[in-house]
Amino acid sequence: MQSTGLTSGQRRVVVTGMGIVSPLGLGVERNWSRLLAGENGFGRISSFDASDLPAQVAGEVPAGPTESGGLTLSDWIPVKDQKKMDRFIHLGLVAATEAVEDSGWKPESEEDRCRTGVMIGAGIGGLQTIYEASVTVKEGRARRLSPFFIPSALINLVSGHVSIKYGFKGPNHSVVTACATGVHAIGDAARMIMLGDADVMVAGGAEAAVCPLGIAGFCSAKALSTHFNDTPEKASRPWDRDRDGFVMGEGAGIVVLEEYEHAKARGAKIYAEVIGYGMSGDAHHITAPAPGHEGAFRAMQNAVRSAGLTTADIQYVNAHGTSTMADDLELEAVERLFGDDARRLAMSSTKSATGHLLGAAGAVEAIYSILAIRDNVAPPTLNLDNPSRESVIDRVAHTAQERKIDTILSNSFGFGGTNASVILRGV
Amino acid sequence: MSEIADKVKKIVVEHLGVDESKVTPDASFIDDLGADSLDTVELVMAFEEAFSVEIPEDAAEKITTVKDAIDYIEKQKAA
Repeated sequence: MQSTGLTSGQRRVVVTGMGIVSPLGLGVERNWSRLLAGENGFGRISSFDASDLPAQVAGEVPAGPTESGGLTLSDWIPVKDQKKMDRFIHLGLVAATEAVEDSGWKPESEEDRCRTGVMIGAGIGGLQTIYEASVTVKEGRARRLSPFFIPSALINLVSGHVSIKYGFKGPNHSVVTACATGVHAIGDAARMIMLGDADVMVAGGAEAAVCPLGIAGFCSAKALSTHFNDTPEKASRPWDRDRDGFVMGEGAGIVVLEEYEHAKARGAKIYAEVIGYGMSGDAHHITAPAPGHEGAFRAMQNAVRSAGLTTADIQYVNAHGTSTMADDLELEAVERLFGDDARRLAMSSTKSATGHLLGAAGAVEAIYSILAIRDNVAPPTLNLDNPSRESVIDRVAHTAQERKIDTILSNSFGFGGTNASVILRGV
Repeated sequence: MSEIADKVKKIVVEHLGVDESKVTPDASFIDDLGADSLDTVELVMAFEEAFSVEIPEDAAEKITTVKDAIDYIEKQKAA
């Protein structure tokens, strides 16, 4: 088959830096070790009083000293600047700082700065900021609205702040595709490098929707788990027969993508190569996936084709797997695509430990998948006690598994019927 | 220093995150205290809120130093 996607270009794209802020804490290595140990980041919602809402459980980024993996904002962002940003920007900036420092990329010439861009998105953006500003207006105090209200709420302002902080003057872009944002950001940014728009792109997603509007809104859409308010650690249970909705998480995942020769020339540490990317639209319903998750099927198929691979080449899938009824549809779509190769496949949903980070999910999960390649281990699906549907695919229930993994596929699907899959391979 | 001057100083320190010793009467918000145009808009709002005064836009534009702010508010309060 002729390669039509990422591998058809001369320029290869690799990951040279990673950063995560999630309910499992700050830092890529802390996240990974906690994930492999079967820990989770859930609790009763603490940032506001959720007692009048049906869903009272979430994955919140833990506050606390930086050295123990908690978020102490003043260690990252000057106090006077914090109020100019919604929380999703805070979380994005923290993860971007880890990723950029991890990459060691510090462009010193103007030309290098102009060849370095940013592509960080969010599914929703500054929801809490918009809520608070609305209250101010409702109270008849519209003239008292902060001049920072708009730039605090705008989704592309994570990209803006990262570029200002580091002087990155290349493409400054942002993705907004609901829960597919993180994968789209990585895939689109990789293509920008492939097409020559930049040599380095800081890409990913950030989200902070654990707030009254976010929780109440997804509650109304009947999307959140409501039966595990007293046992938060059990609420996110992808593919389990007792699952009853997703658990909202917050955080950010950011990668530094770099043209391969550029990375090699400066002796950068290379984690993985972005070798495939596929997208599709359902053209079906605003929130429900298409029958058979056929849109997801085509996104994965397009990704495999763009990588010039067959499904036999992929050992691990990080599922979208949100702990909703759609889990089984994704499973069916993966089984259909992989055919006989499904028997050798491991697939897990790390949302069982982090919750659903919406626009940040795809990027956080791509990073977990890269670590699966690095360490040859598949992270577990927690709480998968009784699968609602049997499968030949090993869903890595409860405990991480050592497996030979050199190529992974990671899925993210969003409201509006948008689907994205990315394929990464060890270098 | 007057009570108004003290309060103005406190608001400037809080909003611009600068050391109190830098907030001298002649200090310019933008040139000396690191504010940008949006910071100054927010500062004026904070003054309005703290002193229960209205500062119209054309007056706000002329408030560029700590002393400008103190003088304006003292005049409003005396009126």
